Amino acid sequence: MLDVTKIRADFPILSREVNGKPLVYLDNAATSQTPQQVIDVIVDYYSNYNANIHRGVHALSQEATDKYEQARQKIQKHFNIAQAHEVIFTSGTTHGINLVANGFTSLLKKGDELLVSAMEHHSNIVPWQMLCERTGAILRVIPMSREGELLMDAYHELLSDKTKLVFCNHISNALGTINPIEEIIDAAHQFGAVVLVDGAQAAPHIKADMQALDVDFYTVSAHKLCGPTGVGILYGKSDWLTKLPPYQGGGEMIAEVTFEKTTYADLPHKFEAGTPNICGGIAFGAALDYLNAIGLEEIAAYESELLKYATEQLLQIDGLKIYGTAARKTSVISFNIEGIHPYDIGTILDKLGIAVRTGHHCAQPIMDFYKIPGTVRASFSFYNTKEEVDTLVEAIRRAKAMLS
Amino acid sequence: MGIQEIQEGIVDEFSMFDDWMQRYEYMIELGKSLPLIDERYKTDDNIIKGCQSKVWVHAELKDDKLVFTADSDAIITKGIIAILIRAFSNQKPQDIIDADTQFIDEIGLKEHLSPTRANGLVSMIKQLKLYAVAYQTQLSQ
Repeated sequence: MLDVTKIRADFPILSREVNGKPLVYLDNAATSQTPQQVIDVIVDYYSNYNANIHRGVHALSQEATDKYEQARQKIQKHFNIAQAHEVIFTSGTTHGINLVANGFTSLLKKGDELLVSAMEHHSNIVPWQMLCERTGAILRVIPMSREGELLMDAYHELLSDKTKLVFCNHISNALGTINPIEEIIDAAHQFGAVVLVDGAQAAPHIKADMQALDVDFYTVSAHKLCGPTGVGILYGKSDWLTKLPPYQGGGEMIAEVTFEKTTYADLPHKFEAGTPNICGGIAFGAALDYLNAIGLEEIAAYESELLKYATEQLLQIDGLKIYGTAARKTSVISFNIEGIHPYDIGTILDKLGIAVRTGHHCAQPIMDFYKIPGTVRASFSFYNTKEEVDTLVEAIRRAKAMLS
Repeated sequence: MGIQEIQEGIVDEFSMFDDWMQRYEYMIELGKSLPLIDERYKTDDNIIKGCQSKVWVHAELKDDKLVFTADSDAIITKGIIAILIRAFSNQKPQDIIDADTQFIDEIGLKEHLSPTRANGLVSMIKQLKLYAVAYQTQLSQ
């Protein structure tokens, strides 16, 4: 069992006030908070060994390089990735997806088919639409049920020899659904299709094993798992990363440059043009250390208990409807109250010190599916408590009284 | 009454309240008295961009004054637009162009004035002023 009181003490931000009320932070699916242990690593980096990496001969540069590469190895180990060079540092999930989408431009032809799930974040839709525009490939959608579960029969029917790429999130940011990616990956591979899984929402809850999943690409953002913003990784199978052309040109990614011809560096540097977010990468590693010290399974068990409690409590509010009721879901609750705009609820909750997300959550197709303008989304992390759920429920009742 | 006087009146009304809840409740009340836009003008063209909720605004010149009507699907947004319209409607376009919106801050709704806030108050003000500019140009031709 988690010692939540002790855990909360690690997060300085959780003791601040908002609008004169103690902060209740329930926007974890957008950005998780940062523990002191990770903040210390960031401060240490800028205080003691801030330097550019890989090229310097001086001590600071070597220290920074060592720490950065150690972080890559931590990430490799965490996701059970076969080789360290299959971990590409990115600015986040969106960057990783764009890198792959861009790389496939020369590998697709007119009439090829790409399958996308109906519950994707815009970042896992738009880069592929742009790819389709460039290549003449066709984007097809794997439909979902009212509960927010992918219709797997329809998926199997959509798969064919024309299918070249399949992309799907491991967990939906708007609904919390845990998608059956094992089945999605296996079925796609039967047709020789490549699978990219957006792991942004899953990484804080599930320790995904890249080799067991046999997934081709998997993307993660550090800021969803107690790390800093602006850094993430793209995992790619070595074969695919070798086949794909570089995404951005610049320093660091080259072997040799002349005005006649440039040859590219080996993996992972081929995809890491320019000075990376060095401090961010190192802090990402520290965030994984922090989470692993607590244990992702313990975290998931606690969050699942919070989800159950919050769901029960919220459903006691008259007129409250939850969107996304999949059998397997994480601690994300998207809801609306009959006759009240989500923006109004969010505004009142903010005045009461509660941070939730309102709007379409960068997943407009899901909102169109339910024919709603948006939802209020409360997303819980392992540092949230049942008392905070009670505060939320009480605040919603108050907002409802004001707004009805 | 001029824009300045109306704004002072609104600031006076809001100064009666001690806390945010009363201010918001009053704003919601004001939203109910918003001069509603005719359904036929509730088109996508009349939606103000930059709002998480939908806001429609229509402007019409009556004599030499601009009359605004509006609506929103969110009740707090409706209150905000009602306050704005109360200050700006039935005024000469040039006066609308020249008016400042400091009073929003003074009635304790400062947080809504941030240009990055998803309610789009800043976009609303800009839209009202754009209408004023358009009609002013028309009047001076």
